[in-house]
Amino acid sequence: MTFDRTIASLAVACGVLLVAAPIAPQWLLFLLALALAKGLVVLGLLLLMRTGLVSFGQGLYFGLGAYAAALLAHRGGLADAALMIVAGTACAAAVAAILGLLLARYREIFFAMLSLAFSMILYGLLVKSSALGSTDGFHVQVKHFAGIALAAGVERRVFYAASAIAVFFLGWALHRYLRSHWGRLSEAIRDNELRVEYLGASVYRVVYANYIIAAALAGLGGAFAALAVGHVDPETTYWTTSGEFVFIAILGGTGNVLAPFLSAAIFEALRTVASQYAPNVWQMALGVAMLAIIMFLPGGLWTLVRRRAA
Amino acid sequence: MSNFAAVVFDGVVYSSWLFLMAAGLTLIYGVMRILNIAHGSLYALGAYTAASLGGAWIAAGYAPAGSFAMLALAVLLVGAVMGPLIERGLLKWMYGKDEIVLLLVTYAVFLILEDAIKLVWGVESKLFSEPYALPGNFAIGALVYPVYNLVLIAVAVVTGLALSWALYYTRQGKLLLAVIHDREMSAAMGINVDRVYLATFTLGAMLAGLGGALTAPMIAVSPGIGVEVIVLSFAVVVVGGLGSLGGAALGALMVGLARSVAVRYWPEGELFIIYFVMALVLIARPKGLFSAPEARKI
Amino acid sequence: MNPILAAEGLQKSFGAVTAAADINLAFERDSVVSLIGANGAGKTTFLNMVTGYLRPDGGRVRFDGQELVGRSPREITALGLSRSFQIPQLFQSLSVRENLLVAEGIAHAERVEEATDALLEKFDLASYAARPAGLLPEGIRKLLDVAMALVSKPKLLLLDEPTSGVAADEKFGIMDLVMTAVRGQGVTVLFVEHDMDIVSRYAARVVAFYDGRVIADGTPAQVLEAEEVRRYVIGGAPHAAA
Repeated sequence: MTFDRTIASLAVACGVLLVAAPIAPQWLLFLLALALAKGLVVLGLLLLMRTGLVSFGQGLYFGLGAYAAALLAHRGGLADAALMIVAGTACAAAVAAILGLLLARYREIFFAMLSLAFSMILYGLLVKSSALGSTDGFHVQVKHFAGIALAAGVERRVFYAASAIAVFFLGWALHRYLRSHWGRLSEAIRDNELRVEYLGASVYRVVYANYIIAAALAGLGGAFAALAVGHVDPETTYWTTSGEFVFIAILGGTGNVLAPFLSAAIFEALRTVASQYAPNVWQMALGVAMLAIIMFLPGGLWTLVRRRAA
Repeated sequence: MSNFAAVVFDGVVYSSWLFLMAAGLTLIYGVMRILNIAHGSLYALGAYTAASLGGAWIAAGYAPAGSFAMLALAVLLVGAVMGPLIERGLLKWMYGKDEIVLLLVTYAVFLILEDAIKLVWGVESKLFSEPYALPGNFAIGALVYPVYNLVLIAVAVVTGLALSWALYYTRQGKLLLAVIHDREMSAAMGINVDRVYLATFTLGAMLAGLGGALTAPMIAVSPGIGVEVIVLSFAVVVVGGLGSLGGAALGALMVGLARSVAVRYWPEGELFIIYFVMALVLIARPKGLFSAPEARKI
Repeated sequence: MNPILAAEGLQKSFGAVTAAADINLAFERDSVVSLIGANGAGKTTFLNMVTGYLRPDGGRVRFDGQELVGRSPREITALGLSRSFQIPQLFQSLSVRENLLVAEGIAHAERVEEATDALLEKFDLASYAARPAGLLPEGIRKLLDVAMALVSKPKLLLLDEPTSGVAADEKFGIMDLVMTAVRGQGVTVLFVEHDMDIVSRYAARVVAFYDGRVIADGTPAQVLEAEEVRRYVIGGAPHAAA
């Protein structure tokens, strides 16, 4: 296989992240863990955007992943992080398999706002559910991973390492996918659906499949986020959370599978700083940044990377 | 029986409020093909401006009845200032871009305005309940309601009728309809589409401001009130069909009544029922109840 | 007499406009037929109905024994029918090569890369291979559009104005490339055309449309000289260009 810069960079990045696992300070690990989790959601968004769709409702699957994972531990009695991760991903994929049947028929604004509406349906249900803690949510405490009991204080590092490994493999997989016939077909759909149908392929099927993949990634991200934060609440499915994911996607651009993670890391770092020093202008800063990117750098920050590499 | 009357009345009140929000949103989309997420912030601005002006009016010792005039003034201010500011200052440079990109632009404006409101008015709640309490109450059977609710319904109905008349029976309105139907052809026919855009967006901003100003006396005006409004308004607009005023009215009625039923019999499902109705309508009619036919592409 | 494509009683109206009024046409295998007519005469509507983009108000279309009415473009392509478009329908942001790779991938070509390279050669597109389809000159866009239509190895190829918008000196070049590509493969070709030079050079049979009806059907010599065709299609003088 010829040398692929993206895969190599992914490998190096994940290697560095793993090395950091035992030695980095807690605050850094927390930031990176969140960046990786959110990056996974945005990776799914990248796939959808390459297909010509912008989902304003990935929060639905992010929240589903988080809650499914948390419920498995605290109501299902299976407080094992590995199982929780699988549960979160599977739950999100299952719901997407149903909702996708409807959503895959829509495009543009309709798709964006319908996906938003579905995330708000879940939000409405969660907020009114006192059994699930309503707006406060509930805590997530897990001490096992794949059957192994973890020493106190070490769990977060293990979960973080697991997410770094997951990111490597999923980044690799999606990179291959995007370069395959399916990836090209997705971009063809973005450019001209009619021609795709006239060539003999089913646009609906590809959109449906990509929708489920994106949902699964978001669910996985949600599960990892729940483990990193130690808490789940309905905010995860609120539409402004979905808006955050869209922002990160636009900030990074859709040029490469690495972009979502770099962008998420920058976002998390800035958010941490802003919430400390300037909480009342954080949203304004986001808005201005988004306008700046739309006007001056429509391909996102990744275009800067590509220019330097060229 | 009084249960039924209460549910219907509550539904109609809520529908009136929804209609005011949805009307501006659907008009802006119909004419400019922009789904204005900043609509929620304009609503909030209407509420805050009304609360400030009204509060100042009352504090200055003037007649409480005049506070209604402050509501109207707030609406005019929000519309006349924010409309041109956003449309000429920002949107004008973005026309021609993809619909989704324009949606993101209005989302960015929403984010900016949300914090701008916090900077100007602070984070504490503002109260301005005089107009709400002033007209007193009335009764339907055993239930007591503020007369203000009737004011809300009246304003919604009058606004709806005024908008329809303006759209279908005045020259300017027909220009708007022409642009809704076919932007390029309208421009080719000599219609000043730029001015139509400015007028439409300003009108939409005023309607959002109207919704906010009318709501101000009923709630504690605080940061974040604009956030939920956007999603609700969108649900109504989508049910009715993007760009259709009549659709917005019908959608508002359907969603409002459904929500009222939920609040009475299944309170947990209040939010759920709204989007559920939307999803059902879309399954049956993918583009909403009243939608324009599309020309062939090849 | 086993026509590959037979349309019976096709009807289509758009409000007050009749785009097709009782069209009855049959096309033999391996023939090359040109459809002519003024703009709005119903030629593209005919193609759109045959390929499933529009549903006729009435009538039937049979292709190789199969009923086409009610089927989607995707199903019809699978049956062996393919078309090119008046306005080239390409994947703008993808390169010429990628456009063809997509088509080959959909058609389940054995070796997608090789098949694509062969097609690039055949249509003289190799020098444009890396360029995004959105940045091509019109003639090349048309060629790519047709090349993509041929990927599925159709039995019937419909070309909608293959040379319109193309520089006069390039028109014959395009048609030559297309005809060479299909020669010997038993492909039936129907092409809509406004340029009568192209029509008389490449078509063995010409069908003239006017106002939703077929007003003439025969050899180029017969049709192009016919009184009605002169009046309603060509405009009086022989060899009237598009």
